[in-house]
Amino acid sequence: MNVIYFAWVRERIGIPQEKVETQATTVNDLIAELRAREERYEAAFADITALRVALDQELADFDAPLEGVREVAFFPPMTGG
Amino acid sequence: MLVRVQADLFDAGAELNSFSQGRTDVGAIVSFTGVVRDTDGNLQEMLIEHYPGMTSKAITKITEEAIARWSLTDALVIHRYGPLKPGAPIMMVATAAAHRAAAFEAADFLMDYLKSRAPFWKKEVTDQGADWVAAKDADEDALKRW
Repeated sequence: MNVIYFAWVRERIGIPQEKVETQATTVNDLIAELRAREERYEAAFADITALRVALDQELADFDAPLEGVREVAFFPPMTGG
Repeated sequence: MLVRVQADLFDAGAELNSFSQGRTDVGAIVSFTGVVRDTDGNLQEMLIEHYPGMTSKAITKITEEAIARWSLTDALVIHRYGPLKPGAPIMMVATAAAHRAAAFEAADFLMDYLKSRAPFWKKEVTDQGADWVAAKDADEDALKRW
């Protein structure tokens, strides 16, 4: 799946997006896999209350299933307007 | 309904005129324009990042909801991204309805939702460096009104 990062999440991880091969069944599982990779992922995902997630461009919960999802985006709370 | 997400400057007055023109079926048109504010006198620019695939879809959904809920005749949302200078317009909302209460309330609702549910992130660049603008609890709480 395609994983996209925005704002300070992108800055901490150091890339705007990447292809991730995963068997994770929920967003939480995917986060656990990413955190285990490297310090920069740990730094980005340390506090998930400071994060939001969208699955295929719709806001979702962290316990949402990943089955059939092609695009996951992680970002801080939005500051539009 | 018109939803535009763009880097380019827009003219809020001209947009409002074209939104208002030729209507004989509405009694109230409300508009709001958000402007880049330099609170401490040291803002160089405001960088607005967005999620290109999601932004228009999310705004369209929120706007359709407002139109249905307040029986609006029409609604307009324009939101910019990219580097913006102090004093520049960031976004505007306009609503048209039979009566003013619906037009005001729908515009207020749209603003609350755009603040916390449209995928934009603001970064302030000052002479002290650059910092992401944190979302305010008050903005999240504002959604509970609706």
